[in-house]
Amino acid sequence: MSFFGLDCVKKKEKETERKIRANDREYNHSFRYATNAIKTSKYNLLTFLPLNLFEQFQRIANAYFLCLLVLQVIPAISSLSWFTTVVPLTLVLTVTAVKDAIDDINRHRSDRKVNNRKAQVLIDGELRSERWMNVQVGDIIRLENNQFVTADLLLLSSSEPLNLVYIETAELDGETNLKVKQALTVTGEMGGSVESLAAFKGEVCCEAPNNRLDRFMGTLVWKEQKYPLDNQSVLLRGCTLRNTDWCFGLVLFAGPETKLMQNCGKSSFKRTSIDRLMNILVLFIFGFLVLMCIILAVGHGIWENYEGSKAMGFVPRTEDVGPAFSAFLTFWSYIIILNTVVPISLYVSMEVIRLGNSYYINWDRLMYYGRSDTPAEARTTTLNEELGQIRYVFSDKTGTLTQNIMTFNKCSINGKTYGDVYDHYTDQRLEITEDMIPVDFSFNSLADPKFQFYDSSLLEAVKLEMVEVQSFFRLLALCHTVMPEEKNKDLVYQAQSPDEGALVTAARNFGFVFRSRTPESLTIVEMGVQRTFDLLAILDFNNVRKRMSVIVRSPEGRLSLYCKGADTIIYQRLHHSCSKLMEETTEHLNEFAGEGLRTLVLAYKDLDEAYFSEWQQRHLEANTALEEREEKLNLLYEEIERDLLLIGATAIEDKLQDGVSQTIEQLAKADIKIWVLTGDKQETAENIGYACNLLREEMSDVFIVAAHSPETVRQELRDARAKMRPGSGEDAFFIPESILGNDPKVVQDESVNGDYGLVISGHSLAFALEGSMELELLRTACMCKTVICCRVTPLQKAQVVELVKRYKKAVTLAIGDGANDVSMIKAAHIGVGISGQEGMQAVLSSDFSFAQFRFLQRLLLVHGRWSYLRMCKFLRYFFYKNFTFTFVHFWYAFFCGFSAQTVYDEGFIALYNLVYTSLPVLGMALFDQDVNDGWSLQYPQLYVPGQLSRYFSKTAFMKCALHSCYSSLVLFFIPYFTVYDSMRSDGKQLADYQSFAVLTQTCLTVAVCVQLSLDLSYWTAVNHLFVWGSLGMYFIVTFTMQSDGLYQLHPKSFQFVGTGRNSMDQFSVWLTVLLTAVLCVLPVLVHRFIFIQLNPTINDTVRFKVRRKKDQRPAPQRRAKIRRSSTRRSGYAFSHAQGYGDLVTSKRFLRRPAITRATAFNPTGRSPAFKPTGRSAGYSPSNKAQNSKQEAEPTELQRYRAVHDSTL
Amino acid sequence: MASSYSAKEEDGQRAGAPGPAGNANSGKKPDNTAFKQQRLPAWQPILTAGTVLPAFFIIGLIFIPIGIGLFVTSNNIKEFEIDYTGTDSWSPCYNCAQNYSWNSSTPCRCTLPFTLEQPFESNVFMYYGLSNFYQNHRRYVKSRDDSQLNGDLSSLKYPSKECEPYRLNENKPIAPCGAIANSMFNDTLELYYIDPNGTQTLIPLMKKGIAWWTDKHVKFRNPGGSNANLTAVFQVSTKPVNWRNPVYELDSDPENNGFINEDFIVWMRTAALPTFRKLYRIIQKKNNMTPTLPRGNYTLEVVYNYPVNSFEGRKRMILSTISWMGGKNPFLGIAYITVGSVCFFLGVVLLFIHHKYGNRNNSSDIPN
Repeated sequence: MSFFGLDCVKKKEKETERKIRANDREYNHSFRYATNAIKTSKYNLLTFLPLNLFEQFQRIANAYFLCLLVLQVIPAISSLSWFTTVVPLTLVLTVTAVKDAIDDINRHRSDRKVNNRKAQVLIDGELRSERWMNVQVGDIIRLENNQFVTADLLLLSSSEPLNLVYIETAELDGETNLKVKQALTVTGEMGGSVESLAAFKGEVCCEAPNNRLDRFMGTLVWKEQKYPLDNQSVLLRGCTLRNTDWCFGLVLFAGPETKLMQNCGKSSFKRTSIDRLMNILVLFIFGFLVLMCIILAVGHGIWENYEGSKAMGFVPRTEDVGPAFSAFLTFWSYIIILNTVVPISLYVSMEVIRLGNSYYINWDRLMYYGRSDTPAEARTTTLNEELGQIRYVFSDKTGTLTQNIMTFNKCSINGKTYGDVYDHYTDQRLEITEDMIPVDFSFNSLADPKFQFYDSSLLEAVKLEMVEVQSFFRLLALCHTVMPEEKNKDLVYQAQSPDEGALVTAARNFGFVFRSRTPESLTIVEMGVQRTFDLLAILDFNNVRKRMSVIVRSPEGRLSLYCKGADTIIYQRLHHSCSKLMEETTEHLNEFAGEGLRTLVLAYKDLDEAYFSEWQQRHLEANTALEEREEKLNLLYEEIERDLLLIGATAIEDKLQDGVSQTIEQLAKADIKIWVLTGDKQETAENIGYACNLLREEMSDVFIVAAHSPETVRQELRDARAKMRPGSGEDAFFIPESILGNDPKVVQDESVNGDYGLVISGHSLAFALEGSMELELLRTACMCKTVICCRVTPLQKAQVVELVKRYKKAVTLAIGDGANDVSMIKAAHIGVGISGQEGMQAVLSSDFSFAQFRFLQRLLLVHGRWSYLRMCKFLRYFFYKNFTFTFVHFWYAFFCGFSAQTVYDEGFIALYNLVYTSLPVLGMALFDQDVNDGWSLQYPQLYVPGQLSRYFSKTAFMKCALHSCYSSLVLFFIPYFTVYDSMRSDGKQLADYQSFAVLTQTCLTVAVCVQLSLDLSYWTAVNHLFVWGSLGMYFIVTFTMQSDGLYQLHPKSFQFVGTGRNSMDQFSVWLTVLLTAVLCVLPVLVHRFIFIQLNPTINDTVRFKVRRKKDQRPAPQRRAKIRRSSTRRSGYAFSHAQGYGDLVTSKRFLRRPAITRATAFNPTGRSPAFKPTGRSAGYSPSNKAQNSKQEAEPTELQRYRAVHDSTL
Repeated sequence: MASSYSAKEEDGQRAGAPGPAGNANSGKKPDNTAFKQQRLPAWQPILTAGTVLPAFFIIGLIFIPIGIGLFVTSNNIKEFEIDYTGTDSWSPCYNCAQNYSWNSSTPCRCTLPFTLEQPFESNVFMYYGLSNFYQNHRRYVKSRDDSQLNGDLSSLKYPSKECEPYRLNENKPIAPCGAIANSMFNDTLELYYIDPNGTQTLIPLMKKGIAWWTDKHVKFRNPGGSNANLTAVFQVSTKPVNWRNPVYELDSDPENNGFINEDFIVWMRTAALPTFRKLYRIIQKKNNMTPTLPRGNYTLEVVYNYPVNSFEGRKRMILSTISWMGGKNPFLGIAYITVGSVCFFLGVVLLFIHHKYGNRNNSSDIPN
């Protein structure tokens, strides 16, 4: 809101390149690099007042009131005493200043704490303990384990082999997994020797400070040799050193120039649609104010001309002022008097309301997730009411809809299915529930206690040593790329994909425990017997092959190939002898797929020794080939993976989060459209779509757009639309442009018969998002009930959100959990982060965060709806009360010669908004609920009025203004006629100005109070207190201000002495108050009642229904498990990342057995950035915290780069 | 309004997520208070036919009798009004009105005869009324110094700037300063009863007890305390430009002189509207036997000082009796009767609407 736009800090010349010489403070000093002292605080003792005030007056509202104050000081204009503006303004400024001061004190405190941390700096050849703030660019510092990195450092050497260090970047990006950094070999050779480090005179030339966390470019020149530097050897401030005894680093960027601090910039400022509407309305109000003032000024001019000249006898008048100038002054006087149409307390109250409603979200126990001890959090406190207007929800899939947990659910072995539980007597399949007793794996000391399986017949089969069952599990134990880890005697698997982890864990529990691996061997404990298999080859997974195989030699010397993969692929490679088994297995596969399970087919084959050694020879050649290596290998793999023998199939459940389908159903009822934007493959995404009820079998059609050229994409979109709405041509679908003309076009909603779904792939989306086609996409997509975009990049996610934001006049919400969702979270009107699954990046950039997708329905349908309702009620009432208050002045102008005389006492004007009417309306905006949360969830339709902005719009505002106009007429003319030529009951004058003022203001206070009571639908004790308290306060303050004592103290300020006492003992006064209150409310009551009778809103209907039911809370919803029958099936038990077979077979990972985390793997030569921390690296069979994942974007990019590099 | 209190209910936490989520790790679990969970017990009134319709009838039933009572009371009040501005040539005050001046030294007198058709039984209040006099004009209203009027000696010597241009006269501070005081009403009204046999009797007019107690005892005070020699105290100041006599010669009674002169106080209580009446004198009831003002002929003797012709104002003299609800003003009574009837009528209309259409929504189900 800054309109001064001044930047006080003069920027020094832009740095383009940074030159640093190690251990040479003088040289580095010449560049005036920032030191390591940071200052996040804004003020100090001296500057606080001026700076804070300056900042506050940059807000338009405050500046406006300052202008008013200036006007009020001019005697010719001043129609109100200065205190009517000063009191509220001071109050507002003070409250804000105190808040700012507290914030700043906290910042000072944390700055001081950080700046005074100790670091070991190498100065003059020895290590000295220095405060952080004294560290300078070019210094060499020594860090120890678990210390924070002091500044952005170039890693020189470390205690670990290969000059590695392990860092945690939790403070930087919220991810808790360890990352590896490696120093250059040349510098690493210096090791821990202080002498050689002190003698190190390397010169670094690198990029200027910037905020890119993932990039660094520079060169090190040492001993006349140039070495390139990249991100791999840079430690960023904000990281923590882990698992590393010590390391040395050269300070590159310090203090405010570090990447952490450069990243601290505030993210884009989001505003709610109410805010935007308010801005328009405030402009309109200003216009209206000016209009009123012009009318009155003209009136004044005329009056001066005709009456004023005659009234000279009694009205003092300066001679030289003509009517025109007098009218001009009156204009400003009336600007001051009527300024209450835009009261300062409006903005303050809105902030308070939003803050309060944010706290309710933080406090909600039903949005608290016990397992991860995460309450919901409103990270932005200014967007609450927007939550009640959401029309589009953009959701990520993995981690948001699903738990990203795979469980081994069922299997089919040799034509028999396992996994279902049947009733002993009726032979009916039972639903698996929490209270069923799982199979007891206690015979197996190595079993994973978290693994649960309910069908005991499978274990019996294993115990009976059935050959097929045994080879089934042997395959699962051998054919994978999982890394075992012994942690506190516990066996932990680090799997690249959670599916794989689930399969290996299943095998482990059924007695085929994968114990350890070396590059050449696999050790498994088979029913208690340890056996070591020679690992001869891994035929790794990729997206084309859709299968992986291993070739192993058993301890007995048998040579076998084990293969698992997608059914379609494996079936082509099966030996013809298993055709019968194939049929049975296919049936089972269909059954599994129907339950939304992910399936894999397992097969094996025994190999001929001679053939294999010959194949192995060719494999080695191909592996070392320089050209067409991939193709050659693929051919070899194809050759050997043939004539396989089918064993069976597995079915893995990609567990949805609790309550996802119910939530989606609820949101759909609330007319919220859900678009799933996922990086997953189309099949997976579709499958999840079906599983969580987004796509349904009974849908009229599900369009799949997966074309590879712009034309076909356009055609497919058009075809889809033609099918949904036959005969709809290119008719006008834009809402006519608004009067302002520069508004973006708005695409109208088009109604279609039937439910449709749209699945669009990343490729097609890329074409469809291009300028010419985006409207096609939008129109088609908006006609569908469900839209699923798969294989989308983070950027595309944001583009889709932007597209809808741009052309639909709708509020959007994006929900996601991973770093790849950040862009869309930032793009949407409201970003929601799911915490506790994938690092913190999404949460950090979100506006609201909680732990489970299902809390979304509560956030929107309860908190959002209430917030919106409350804010709208607040605004409607607030405008009403202020307009009414102000318009009375307007009417009075016609009876006081347009002289800018106020109707009310000045004290009343100063306190009306602050004391007499603020608390009741605040109470309403903090406590009101039309129906309680239970009913809100029971009837999601209650949400719809919010989407249509029914409760507060320009029309509603106009209604408010009209209502106020009526009320002000009543409030002025009823007292007018009552006192006109009338007397008090003791014969004295009734119509004196002061009595009239007291009478009118009493009528006003009572009338707006009654109006509030009518609006208030939820009277808590606090509301009672506020309403009656404020009314009482009015009388108390009035009597106090008009008391003898205060008058004696300062007669000029308390001229109203005794007026209250004298006028309130009059019957006629009270009769007037009663009459005005009734007359003000009567039309509202009639209007509302007639509408409830004739055209009830959904709110009225529900409230009426609630009233008729005795219990106030609906019965908790039955959470029926939604079963669906489907013939669809998918076989994606692999992540879509390239497998890491060669990492497994490479010997490097065994170099440091102490580092047990998968993340600690030294990046191999094949892809410098490849770390097995992709989206699905963290596998856990239960709800234990997942390994955090790396940003999807860089890995995607790096993967591309890796492929690119390898082809060079 | 229909009402019901929703009792505080049990925490509705679903049991759907059992497991390790015990109390052990519920460190951040929000408190289960009715306030934080937004389950404060509350009265939830809604507009139903059962509450709105009776309300309308009740309002009607209450308002109509009140209105009738007010109307009757107002009608029983006796009021007599006579305009003595003297704009018309036949008016006895025509001559006085023509030669107006604030400072004319010779008082102009005029006599207006009038007849009371009915006797005024109880205390009679005598008012002067002015029209088109903007006593509520902003520049006029603020043109006073309350400190001075409250007896502050320094304000007496240095009146507030608000009083400009009636602050200083010939370098002496004006007391009382300001436009309000300067334009004080200075006509003298006297009332004579003409016996049926033709003799005139002066009706005694009470000039005390016409101002508010708070004004007389709190707001207005003479400088230098209650027993000071006013002439001496006010020596530092000069009289307002339009006044004939200085403020300490307003009345001979020291209790009614200076700033605490009740005529002055009444004037200083500025009117809210450009047409107003101010209490001038009270005619007290002598005994229960005779009416205060019997039926018959009267004359009003006016010492015509106050010019209103310049601003086309009117001057009136009003005699009125008073009831428990004040002076004669049928407005409130009529308003109450009207509003009451409208409420009753609306009640009937709404009842009809409710019967015809209302049941439709009550039985209708909520669409999904």
